[in-house]
Amino acid sequence: MSETILEVKNIRKEFPGVVALNDVSFKIKRGEVHALVGENGAGKSTLMKLLSGVYTPTSGEIIYEGKKVEFNDPKDAQLKGISIIHQEFSLIPHLNGIENIFLGRELKKWSTVLDKRLMKSKAIDLLDQLNAKIDPTHLVSRLSVANQQFIEIAKAISIETKVLIFDEPTASLTGKDIDKLFELIARLKAQGVTVIYISHHLDEISQICDSLTCLRDGEWIDTKKVSEVTKQDIIKMMVGREVINAFPEKLKVQNSEENWLLNVKKLSNNHIKNISFHLNKGEILGIAGVVGAGRTETVRALIGADPTKEKEVYINDKRVSINSPTQALEHGISLIPESRKTQGLVLGMTVAKNITLPNLKVLQSKMRLIDRKKELVIVNNSIKDLRIKTPSANQQVKFLSGGNQQKVVLAKWLNTDCKVLIFDEPTRGIDIGAKEEIYKIMRDLTKKGISIIMISSELPEILGMSDRVLVMYKGEIKAELAGEEATQEKVMYYATGGVDNE
Amino acid sequence: MNNLADNQTRPKSSAMSLKFKNLFKNPEMFTLIGFIILMAIMSFGSDQFLTASNLTNVLRQVSIVGILAVGMTFVILIGGIDLSVGSVMALTGTMMAGMMINFSLPPILAILIGIAIGVLIGYITGSLVAYARIPAIIVTLAMMEIARGAGLLYTGGYPLSGLPGNFSVIGRGYVFGIIPVPVLIMAVVFLIAYIILNHLPFGRYIYAIGGNEEAVRLSGVKVKKYKIMVYVISGITASISGMILVSRLMSGQPNAGEGYELSAIAAVVLGGTSIAGGRGHIGGTLLGALLMGVLSNGLNLMGVSSYVQMVLTGIIIIGAIYFSSKKTVD
Repeated sequence: MSETILEVKNIRKEFPGVVALNDVSFKIKRGEVHALVGENGAGKSTLMKLLSGVYTPTSGEIIYEGKKVEFNDPKDAQLKGISIIHQEFSLIPHLNGIENIFLGRELKKWSTVLDKRLMKSKAIDLLDQLNAKIDPTHLVSRLSVANQQFIEIAKAISIETKVLIFDEPTASLTGKDIDKLFELIARLKAQGVTVIYISHHLDEISQICDSLTCLRDGEWIDTKKVSEVTKQDIIKMMVGREVINAFPEKLKVQNSEENWLLNVKKLSNNHIKNISFHLNKGEILGIAGVVGAGRTETVRALIGADPTKEKEVYINDKRVSINSPTQALEHGISLIPESRKTQGLVLGMTVAKNITLPNLKVLQSKMRLIDRKKELVIVNNSIKDLRIKTPSANQQVKFLSGGNQQKVVLAKWLNTDCKVLIFDEPTRGIDIGAKEEIYKIMRDLTKKGISIIMISSELPEILGMSDRVLVMYKGEIKAELAGEEATQEKVMYYATGGVDNE
Repeated sequence: MNNLADNQTRPKSSAMSLKFKNLFKNPEMFTLIGFIILMAIMSFGSDQFLTASNLTNVLRQVSIVGILAVGMTFVILIGGIDLSVGSVMALTGTMMAGMMINFSLPPILAILIGIAIGVLIGYITGSLVAYARIPAIIVTLAMMEIARGAGLLYTGGYPLSGLPGNFSVIGRGYVFGIIPVPVLIMAVVFLIAYIILNHLPFGRYIYAIGGNEEAVRLSGVKVKKYKIMVYVISGITASISGMILVSRLMSGQPNAGEGYELSAIAAVVLGGTSIAGGRGHIGGTLLGALLMGVLSNGLNLMGVSSYVQMVLTGIIIIGAIYFSSKKTVD
């Protein structure tokens, strides 16, 4: 058995108008955990889709177990021993765990009837092997995200898997679940499985990976042993420059009743209880909490995207009624949603059409037609200001990288005249370079007097950006922390259900 | 060495093949090519086919389904469907006829009442889809029954005749002695639809709703209002078709237009509009309608039986969609 299990040689992949990968070559050793790092749009996901048979390369070779291979489709790659755990899981919500694990490869009695008993016992074995305490007879839609991921992994290892690819597996997990995942990866490694691990979290990489490969703008930069590099080195490889200070300097914001822009009282519905808070002019108010604490539900209730039982909203001391996102926009409140793909963008439309979507009324000529020239001017300005990487304003958004898609979402709202911008996880799944740019844009907005509410699961981001922090737990606000008070420990304490002892 | 040469030649050839591929990414291209081939076959098959009078005739025959297909394009673009258009066409047509025959209303008033009924039906359908969140296929299936039943109730099941003679201008008349009035109406309807879909915010919203409704809603767009408007437009085009049909037959037929909703859907889909919404062009719909018109006209001229024609139409729809979907996947 050779030491190298998988090798890519001069791989090139083109999409209409874009070269996603150019002349990439490197080797992955048998039995190691190999990290793949790079900014969004660097080509990581494309490369993994090539290795798992989703795409075929434009040119170049994949050498697997010493032989040149071509995968016809993902199933072909799976049968040969390469499986991928996608960022967005590919489970069917209305089927239970067992049915999902054996989907397409059902075990049968007399080769006709489903052997449910055998599948159940095998599913339980698989989950035991993963040390996951999940009842596989539950519908997948009723499992937590973390448990869904375990089902996904069980599905992958139910076939003999030699290489398992994780694409941003921790993006939707919280602390304890991440630890569980890492234990699992260690166990897989001990069993001789080679793991390819894509992540933006450098801590995770130094914790669990043996070696790493860095891509930038579709090109191979370097392959190193993790023990030989520092975090700073990795960041340098990724962005091609040194990162000094990630967060722009905070401004002094007055926190007194005269400076209140927005005042929310008694916001309640099925997910949240009696939420009251205020927002100062030019302030960044962070909302911290674990997944499921009701943060997104709070802001959706605020802008009228979801129904509420009780709700009082005051803008500049005047009571306003906001029952729909349209009304919220009329009052200058906009939500930049958590999920770009399902809530922020119309993926099949162009960059230009997405950017002007909330703001078409301004672009109407006397004949009420859309003024295309004016539209193009506005859009091209946004592309320049936010440094959106796109071949043209008429490129479909689905061909852009995650960071650039997020900038398109931002551009949508920056062109409306809003007073309050709500960011829900503004930098999720975005590389460090783009993150910094987005932080800077946010801070610049507050300089113009815009107020920002920011939901984030990343503590450094919450602490680095927010002037005040609200901590939510199980649908309630548990603490308000300002300035020096806001520390990682305190935020975590309240976010995990700690109570005031005062 | 080999590698180097390869690298040098690649950009050029790939740029060209890309352009070529992009051309074929437009599903309408297939309809256009199919249309041209069909025209060629038909002109060889029958020497009467490629004459001015026959082609005018084709256009006139196409106009009723063509106008229905305009409304259907709007509905399908937002990811909906409207099965009621055939029945609504019959109901609004018989109502127009009834107003003129039984109440001696002037034609223009009768037409307006008919269109108002089309608007009302579209409004009810749209509200049920947008607010009650009943799937469009169910609402419009029910509306198909309701409108059909209402038309039959109104006429007692018999055709209404005795329309004022000048009313026949709409269905049978000519402008400048050569352009049939229905063709002119169809052209105007397509032009208005083109402007709405390509130059008004409303049109932009229609494509966006078909692409990702939640993103549009969070953009502050009144999605429900626009959804209702789309079904209202379908109601209006159905009543315009109803008007033409009644004038053409000079009687109000409560049983008219059965199956027309399917012809309209076929025209839209043949024209390259995605049945899932969000993608498509009104020009494609025009081509789709013309293609079906040319097919049936040409086959008639060649003496092919109408039963064979139906089978052929079905095969062509499947074939067209198969090829266009195969070539448009990325």
